[in-house]
Amino acid sequence: MTLAPFLEVKKASVAYGATTVLDGIDLAIAKGEFVALLGSSGCGKTTLLRTIAGFVMPSAGTVSVAGRDVTRLPPDKRGMALVFQSYALWPHMTVAQNIGYGLKLRHQPAEAIARRVAEMEALLGLTGLARRKPAELSGGQRQRVALGRALAIDPEILLLDEPLSNLDARIRLSVRHEIRALQRRLGITAIHVTHDREEAMVMADRIVILDSGRIAQAGTPEEVYNRPVSSFVAAFMGAENSIGLVGTVAGDRFAITAGPTNEPCAVPLSGRPLADGPVVARFRAEAAKLVPAGDAAHVPEGTLVLPGRIESASYPGGHWRHAVAVGPDTVLADAPQAFAPDAAVKVCVPPEALFLFNPPGAEPAAAEFAGHKTDKASELAGA
Amino acid sequence: MTSLATTTPATGRRLPRIDLWWLPRGLVLGLLAFIIFGPLTNLVLWTVAERWYFPHALPLEYGFSYWQRVFSPRGNAMESLANSVFVATLTVIAALALAVPAGYALARLKLPLRSLILIAFLIPQAFPNLPVYVNIARLFYGLGLNGTIPGVVLVHVTHGLVYAVWIATAAFSAVDRELEEAARSIGASALRAFRDVTLPLAAPGLMASAIFVFLESLDEFTGSFFVGAPDVNLLPLLLYTAGAGGNYQIASITALLLLVPSIAFMLVVERFLKADVLSRVGH
Repeated sequence: MTLAPFLEVKKASVAYGATTVLDGIDLAIAKGEFVALLGSSGCGKTTLLRTIAGFVMPSAGTVSVAGRDVTRLPPDKRGMALVFQSYALWPHMTVAQNIGYGLKLRHQPAEAIARRVAEMEALLGLTGLARRKPAELSGGQRQRVALGRALAIDPEILLLDEPLSNLDARIRLSVRHEIRALQRRLGITAIHVTHDREEAMVMADRIVILDSGRIAQAGTPEEVYNRPVSSFVAAFMGAENSIGLVGTVAGDRFAITAGPTNEPCAVPLSGRPLADGPVVARFRAEAAKLVPAGDAAHVPEGTLVLPGRIESASYPGGHWRHAVAVGPDTVLADAPQAFAPDAAVKVCVPPEALFLFNPPGAEPAAAEFAGHKTDKASELAGA
Repeated sequence: MTSLATTTPATGRRLPRIDLWWLPRGLVLGLLAFIIFGPLTNLVLWTVAERWYFPHALPLEYGFSYWQRVFSPRGNAMESLANSVFVATLTVIAALALAVPAGYALARLKLPLRSLILIAFLIPQAFPNLPVYVNIARLFYGLGLNGTIPGVVLVHVTHGLVYAVWIATAAFSAVDRELEEAARSIGASALRAFRDVTLPLAAPGLMASAIFVFLESLDEFTGSFFVGAPDVNLLPLLLYTAGAGGNYQIASITALLLLVPSIAFMLVVERFLKADVLSRVGH
C-alpha cells in the first residue's frame, strides 16, 4: 500500500495461559480499506479482531490507529465499533434506543439523536420498526439493527465479527453486498472476520488468511485465489485435491518425473519458489479437465496428466463432479458430461491452475520461506 | 381432597373407559394436599376460634375478638409489624449494597477461588445458630449494639447475605457479557455499561434476591431474640411470646400476618424470575 497505514498491528501476540492464540501478527490497513480475516475456527481471527477492538490485551506487540498507539486504551476510547456475531442487541431497549445509545453517550440533543436514528433506519430498511424490541425482530432485522447501532456513531473503524453467519443463506447473499456497498459509500475502514471463503472474496479488498495464530497469506482476493503461497492456503481457497509428486528445477521449468500417479511433464516455474525433490500438487476440481484415456490428441504443453479410473459421479449443478482414483489417491474433477463408473480417464491440470509446494520439513529452504511469506505477500500487494 | 374426589370420576365419565389409575393418583395427591394444607387449616381455624379445647375436633365458638385484641392500640402487634418491616427494609438495602458488587465480581471476573468464596457465604448457616448468636449478643453488648435496630439489622444481614450474593451472582451471570461489550465498543465506560445494560437486565434477579432477604429478615428469630429483645420488638418475638404463653389465637394471627409477605413473594418470583436465572444459582 502506498498510503501510510491507518490501522496498524505490530508483532501482536496473545496467549491464554499456555496456549498461544496469536503469534506475532503484523497487519497494516489503509483508510477506507475492507479487509477480511479468513480462517477456520480456532485460527485466532476473532481474537485478532477483539485485540484490535480492545477486549483482548496482547501479551506483546502494539495496535495503533492513525499513528497513535491505542494498545492500552479501553475499547470505548478507540473510535471503533464492533458488530457481534450474536448481534448483542440490548433486549430491554427498543430498536431506536439500541441505535441511538452511542449518540446518547456522546451527549447529543434528543432531536439530533432522533434524526440520526431515522436516517439509520432508512439506510438499513428498518423504517417502522423503531418501537419494536429486539425479540420481536427477524434475524435479518436484528443484524441490521446491530449494524445501525455501530454505524450511528460514525466510527473510524468498523469491526465485524462473523455478522452474517446467523442469517439464512439467501439473506446472507444480499446482506453481503449491502454491507460492502455501505462501507464504500461511507468510506469506513472495515475489518470483517469470517470463515466463509466466498464471503471474504466477494466483500473484501484484501484477504488475510490466518492459520493457528499466524498470517498464512495476505493479498487481494484474486491473489490468494490464484497464487496461494502455501499448501494450507491453497487447500483453504478450494484446491482440495492433493497429489504427491517428485521433480527437479530445470531452467525456468519444473520437470515432474513420471510416477505411479502421473505422466512426466514440465511446468513453467513462473515465480514459484520450488526446490528439487518431492512436491505437493494441489488443484481445484473445477480447474481440472477430464478426458477419456484413449484421447491423447489435445493436451497442451505443460499440462499435468494423471491417469485414473472413475469411482463415482454426482451432479452438484452446472457440471458433473467425479471422484477419480489416481494411484492410491482419490481426486475430484469436473466435466460437462458424466463418465461411467470404472471408465479409464485422464485428469488434465493446466499449469496455471496447478499449485506446487515443497512439503514443509522435507525441504529446509521451504520452511524458511514460510516465515517470510507475509513479507512476500505484502510485496505482491504493493506491486 | 374433596375437589379431587369429585373431578376425577367426572373425567372418567366423559371418557369411554374408566382409567383405574385415578384411584392411587387421587389418593397420593389428596394425602399431599392434606400434609401441606392441614396445618395451615388448623392455623386459620385458631385465628377465629373463641373457645377450643381437647377433645373437640373443631372450635366450640367462632369470633374475631382476638383480631381486635391484636390490632388494638394496646396490643403491640402493629408496633412489631412496623419494626419488622423497618428492620427488613434496612437489611435489604445493606445486603444488596454488598451483594451487587460482590455478585458482579463473582459472575464476571475470573476469580481464582470463585466457588470457595461462594461457599464462604454459607458459613454463617453452617454452624448452629444458637451459639453463634449468643456470642454475637455478647460482642454487641460490648459495642453497645445490643437492643438497637442497627444491631438487629447487622445480624440479619449476615444471615441474608448468602441468598443475596448467590442470587445476585446468578442474575449477573445470566446477562451475556457481549451485551456489555457492545456498549463498551460504541463508547460507554465500564460504569456506564453496567448502569445502562447490566443492571437493568439483572434487575429481576436482584429483585428476587431483595425479596428473599426481606423475607428472611421478617422470619428470623434466633438473632432477633438474642440481639434485639426486649428493646426491639419484632413479629417473630411476638409470635414466640404468644405461643409460649399458650395464647394460640394471638400466635396464629401473628403467624398469618407473617404468611402474607411469603405468599406475595411466591407470586412475584413466579412472575419476575426467569428459569435461566434460577438455573445459574450456585454456578
